[in-house]
Amino acid sequence: MAKTKVVIDPITRIEGHLRIEAQAENGKVANAWASATQFRGIEIVLQGRDPRDAWAFAQRICGVCTVVHAVASCRAVEDALDIRIPPNANTIRNLVHGMQFVQDHVIHFYHLHALDWVDVTSALKADPAQTARIAASISPWPNNSPTYFREVQNRVKTFVGSGQLGIFSNGYWGHPAYKLPPEVNLLAVAHYLEALDWQRDVIRLHTIFGGKNPHPNFLVGGMASAINLEGTATINAAKLTEIKDMIARAQRFVEQVYWPDLVAIAGYYKEWASVGGGTGNYLAVGEFPETDIRDLGSLYLPRGIVLDKDLSKVVPYDHHGVTESIHSSWYDYDKGADATLHPWDGETKPHYTGPQPPWQYLQDETKYTWMKAPRYNGKSMEVGPLARMLVAYASGHQDVRAIVGDTLKALNVGPAALFSTLGRTAARGMETVLLARRMSVWFDDLVARIKAGDVSTFTKTKWEPSSWPKTSRGYGALDAPRGALGHWVEINDGRISRYQCVVPTTWNASPRDAGGQPGPYEAALTDNHPLANPEQPLEILRTVHSFDPCIACGVHVLDAEGDMVTEVRVQ
Amino acid sequence: MLTPTTHAWSDDEALGGYLGRRGISRRDFIEFCGQMAAVLGLSSLAVPRIAEAMESLKRPSVIWLQLQECTGCVESVIRTSDPTIGDLVLDTISLDFIDTLMAAAGHNAEQALDNARKQNAGKYVLIVTGSVPTNENGIYTTIAGKTARSLLEETAKDAAAVIAVGACAHWGSVQAAKPNPTGAVGVSEIVRDKPVLNIAGCPPIADVITATVVHFLTFGRLPETDADGRPLFAYGNRIHDQCPRRAHYDAGQFVRTFDDAGAREGYCLYEVGCKGPATFSPCPIFMWNSHTDFPIGAGHPCIGCTERHFWDTMTPFYQRLPDVAGVGVERTADILGAALAVGAAAGVAAHAAATGIYQIRSRRAGSGAEQPPAGTGLEE
Repeated sequence: MAKTKVVIDPITRIEGHLRIEAQAENGKVANAWASATQFRGIEIVLQGRDPRDAWAFAQRICGVCTVVHAVASCRAVEDALDIRIPPNANTIRNLVHGMQFVQDHVIHFYHLHALDWVDVTSALKADPAQTARIAASISPWPNNSPTYFREVQNRVKTFVGSGQLGIFSNGYWGHPAYKLPPEVNLLAVAHYLEALDWQRDVIRLHTIFGGKNPHPNFLVGGMASAINLEGTATINAAKLTEIKDMIARAQRFVEQVYWPDLVAIAGYYKEWASVGGGTGNYLAVGEFPETDIRDLGSLYLPRGIVLDKDLSKVVPYDHHGVTESIHSSWYDYDKGADATLHPWDGETKPHYTGPQPPWQYLQDETKYTWMKAPRYNGKSMEVGPLARMLVAYASGHQDVRAIVGDTLKALNVGPAALFSTLGRTAARGMETVLLARRMSVWFDDLVARIKAGDVSTFTKTKWEPSSWPKTSRGYGALDAPRGALGHWVEINDGRISRYQCVVPTTWNASPRDAGGQPGPYEAALTDNHPLANPEQPLEILRTVHSFDPCIACGVHVLDAEGDMVTEVRVQ
Repeated sequence: MLTPTTHAWSDDEALGGYLGRRGISRRDFIEFCGQMAAVLGLSSLAVPRIAEAMESLKRPSVIWLQLQECTGCVESVIRTSDPTIGDLVLDTISLDFIDTLMAAAGHNAEQALDNARKQNAGKYVLIVTGSVPTNENGIYTTIAGKTARSLLEETAKDAAAVIAVGACAHWGSVQAAKPNPTGAVGVSEIVRDKPVLNIAGCPPIADVITATVVHFLTFGRLPETDADGRPLFAYGNRIHDQCPRRAHYDAGQFVRTFDDAGAREGYCLYEVGCKGPATFSPCPIFMWNSHTDFPIGAGHPCIGCTERHFWDTMTPFYQRLPDVAGVGVERTADILGAALAVGAAAGVAAHAAATGIYQIRSRRAGSGAEQPPAGTGLEE
């Protein structure tokens, strides 16, 4: 049976430039390649800089997860210089990062992922009164009236009727893989629009502590937002009240809109609980230290590794087990293409050997991406919400056990359903619910400390370079919305001499390594993965988006052996 | 006419019908066209033509190209509050291509771009975020197998206006910081045959981005700019001259280290590296995220992100700018210019000289960025 080459480039509704190439055979994906088609060289730019400035440079790696590189960078530098930040600063970072998770996951669900499951044009056929009944049956959200849904439907009708479909042009509308009834499609479209307004409001927590969003400000040694209840330009009772209300609005939206929508939609797509599993290895570095980052026991979401889908044990994580391969990547290593390096010995020497643009296919090339291939003790690892929920579940985390159990029951599926495309999307929702709730605990901690007289937000003892050792190196671990992140820094004579980042999407979108082991996207796309019509690869988008990629570009379909290639233009 | 509204309006629906829904009858509409004819000195025979022209108005096409970037600028624009992003995308413009938000992928996405370009040739607004890597034939950013450069060139060719949003599109930003490994440059280095408007900042404030787009749609031309292509309505003043902490600067009340007594009083951040005195930006006026606050307001020094090459000229971020005499707002501009030119590191000095207030003022008259009304069909 001939295989068909498929290329999707650009993969849209992600951050960055990602291209997926695949081979389709008998209604399935037989082989897949993930290619990141953008390189910026920020690790190179960081060399020779003041380590206290590094967070700002590193933050610009990503404007979507705009908190995570900044905090990971601060942690790496603070580790290198042995700086302990005050508890208030730790809590403020948790609140800022917590809101990043909540806001980012909701945006991912409605604005980046939903259109893979929700047919916008079908919403026009819905009966708004029926949508209101469905909505009221799953949630007490106040906007659940027929009038409300009719107004949204009219707005979309006018929009579609204009013939100018804008961002909704050329979607795979009407694809048989869309299974929601019109009324549920209308519900999701209404919340797509509501979520746009909601995210703009709750993210203002970043503006209060960091001055702006995207790219709020951070500070090595703590946070710059001073606390003074009697001050007009500081964190005072008025600002704390605003923050408390934002947290409450975030929780309400997550519990009354996002989570019920996710569960309702998942109910129509249960077959996706046996599709797109992939590597079976899951790594979490853990996040939200509730005392200090050095106290790993205080992480709200625990650190560890689950191997081969075995939830009976958690393998401890040690960052010395992380290496990067460039076998399939456009880089050189001094020791040759098959060497693997720990990030402290890491090198970033771009060397493009692909075809000159414009080009058609990359899948016949040994090297096909700007992404390096991180491995843990030689194994390919999935990172992200699913990894965190699985590691927490296997660790006996009570909150996680409860919500995972309830969700499996609500959907009437077994634990094996977690290792899938649907499991990945559901795990993201579960952790959003838990983190939105947990933010109240952190907020109360902050208020309690201020009440007890502790207003410190910055450790100044090691701010001046004269107090630093001549040479030092540090590791900053952080579990970001998209998964485990590490920054490794080496400081010499007050300047950065080496800087390496291993980013969540580097793990997940990694290419094949020297042993031929595929990365998690590639493995998931070939795990019982349907592709009904290679010209309309909606199914591929579902699985790729379930990882929430943080790079940007597309997909291709091709013949397996390279001969008898049937080239299909993906619609 | 294209003031954002919460009422959806489409070209398929006659404008008369749309106005009707908003309480204006067809008869009122024709009467209005008659008045317009009179104002324009045309005979009543022109009334049907005016009515016809108005009825054929479409939501203007906007193409948003994302090149070598971090997507922070798109994230910023979805935080816009006046208009909201929902109103903007559904009612005001037709956002025909935008990687991060569009439903289509792969070939369908390319097709959407192609359609928008062909159907609206000479009329669409091109927004670009991200820089263009030029080293090694541009292989550091490719989309659908094409380089960022070739994509930009072919899309800019038929654009009515080109708006570069954010520091990357403006001049290259962080990837263009030394040693600029990929040879990243801004849009105006590539698009040479038409003016490029630069919305500066890393990222820019959402409301500045949307205000600029709405300005173009409402007035049929881009706003006036300074010599760096930045719109004066947003970048005409220094942060230092608008700063709510300015009184503390004038009074000599400074934060000496973070979280000291001065920090807890909200004093001036100049001593801990604030670049407000050398940065033209509307942060203290527009504020961020629905007018919530801005970096200095939240206790962190400005890092100068609206200025060219700030990653090299404004770093180390926590080192204070060269001495600025402690003087009042009116005298600051020229004295600052002189002080910086004498005492500063080369980059900062060159930069400060190039952005002195006096030069900005003198540039207004001869600005090269004034646009003739472009063919959006809106200029009438």
